Amino acid sequence: MKRLNRTCSIALIISVMSVVFCALPAIAAQPQHKNIILATTTSTQDSGLLDVLLPVFEKSTGYFVKTIAVGSGQAMAMGQKGEADVLLVHSPDAEKKFMAEGYGVNRRLVMHNDFIIVGPKNDPAGIKGSRSSIEAFRKIASTSAVFMSRGDNSGTDAKEKSIWKAAGINPEGQKWYQQTGLGMGQTLSVAAEKKTYTLADRGTYLALKKNLGLDILVEGDAVLLNIYHVIEVNPAKWPKVNSAGAKAFSDFMVGRQTQDIIRKFGVEKYGSPLFFPDAGKKEDALGK
Amino acid sequence: MDIIIEGIKQAVILLFTLDPEVIGITWLSLKVSGIATFISLLIGVSVGTLVALTQFPGRRIVVSLINTGMGLPPVVVGLFVTIFLWRNGPLGFLEILYTPTAIIMAQTVIATPIVMGISLAAIQQLPANLRLQILALGATRLQMVWILVKEARLPLLAAIMAGFGGVISEVGASIMVGGNIKGYTRVLTTATVMETSKGNFDIAMALSIILLLLAFFINAVLTHVQQRERPR
Repeated sequence: MKRLNRTCSIALIISVMSVVFCALPAIAAQPQHKNIILATTTSTQDSGLLDVLLPVFEKSTGYFVKTIAVGSGQAMAMGQKGEADVLLVHSPDAEKKFMAEGYGVNRRLVMHNDFIIVGPKNDPAGIKGSRSSIEAFRKIASTSAVFMSRGDNSGTDAKEKSIWKAAGINPEGQKWYQQTGLGMGQTLSVAAEKKTYTLADRGTYLALKKNLGLDILVEGDAVLLNIYHVIEVNPAKWPKVNSAGAKAFSDFMVGRQTQDIIRKFGVEKYGSPLFFPDAGKKEDALGK
Repeated sequence: MDIIIEGIKQAVILLFTLDPEVIGITWLSLKVSGIATFISLLIGVSVGTLVALTQFPGRRIVVSLINTGMGLPPVVVGLFVTIFLWRNGPLGFLEILYTPTAIIMAQTVIATPIVMGISLAAIQQLPANLRLQILALGATRLQMVWILVKEARLPLLAAIMAGFGGVISEVGASIMVGGNIKGYTRVLTTATVMETSKGNFDIAMALSIILLLLAFFINAVLTHVQQRERPR
């Protein structure tokens, strides 16, 4: 009887395993040319924008989008190696270099929002209300107030480094300058916990605001503009790239319906839009 | 403290309303880690038993390698599997990066040394005379191995639990090779990381609680099987 019992349970385990095993091809068998790999920044995912846009795109075109949310730097590195089909990124200087080197085609303006300098309410460096981000960064450095940097080569990180450069300060290695190496959401959480300053994109900040206790201290400086472009990875460099899919996604992002969704996104929840649609505009004309 | 209570509340709500997204994520976690454990069991127990029962030059080095593999960091496995599966990598023609299959692959690599190491120790700790005795009673070599494996079933079930526990809870490899794609490769651990970075701590907490419940349930079943017949 005992033996029978054991045989039964072994048979049961094996049959359960084989059912699970047979279910595997069903999830793995997706037509490959229908897949698009979108490499993008954490801000588009963490703010929830892609959760709204992608179902619309997938429904109307039949493509399946695999979103890999990393920093802009890593997204472009994926594009350079042909491991992504299309990029949605916000690091204009790096993007121009990417295009000049021939890794991408058809770079198009999608939307913008802005960066803000956030920090604790008591504002130890006294930067609140400053109109100039460069001035604010100088004050932070001169008072040695702790500044939390992304330090991950993302678009936000690139913007922050360019401001330090413009301010003529090299924060690298300073005691008050700390790097998280994490995405925007997590960096904001760290900054909130340790009551430090940081540079953030407005979209992620608004989405996380309820848990943070950090205030917007500097905003509205033209330097702080945060511009998103969509770039198709050059199929001439990497023949395996799904160029038709990339083009469809790129067209979708600048389409009128999409731009309308972007305009309205977040208004209901946060009282103000998180992104401003810019398709067809000139980059230089923004923020003026 | 609020966040913990809120998390438990959310977990209960998500579970009892059978939230389709959460059920999907939970089911995928279970499926992916279950298959990975099963494959690692086939490889791990057979290789582990073989190494335990044979003598060959360099055996100590092999055993050391297996034991080192038991502590293989998931992110390292994730990185290597990603590089192999890249479109332009050595296994790029398979086109399985950012699919559940890729996660199964990575998790199998993580779980196999764990199962192998424990099986090896389990078989080796059986009394050496037992083998002679079984053979003397007229068993074939294959029958002998089967009897030894059955004799070691207690630690072997522990090997399954350790392997499964290792992969269902890992996040580094899953997020790298799976990409945390909504409704496709999002598992409990990667979803928890994402919700945390979104600042949705209550949902992250709820997902963690579901993960813990799942791990407990699986281990309870395995422990039941393990402890049902105590060897005399």
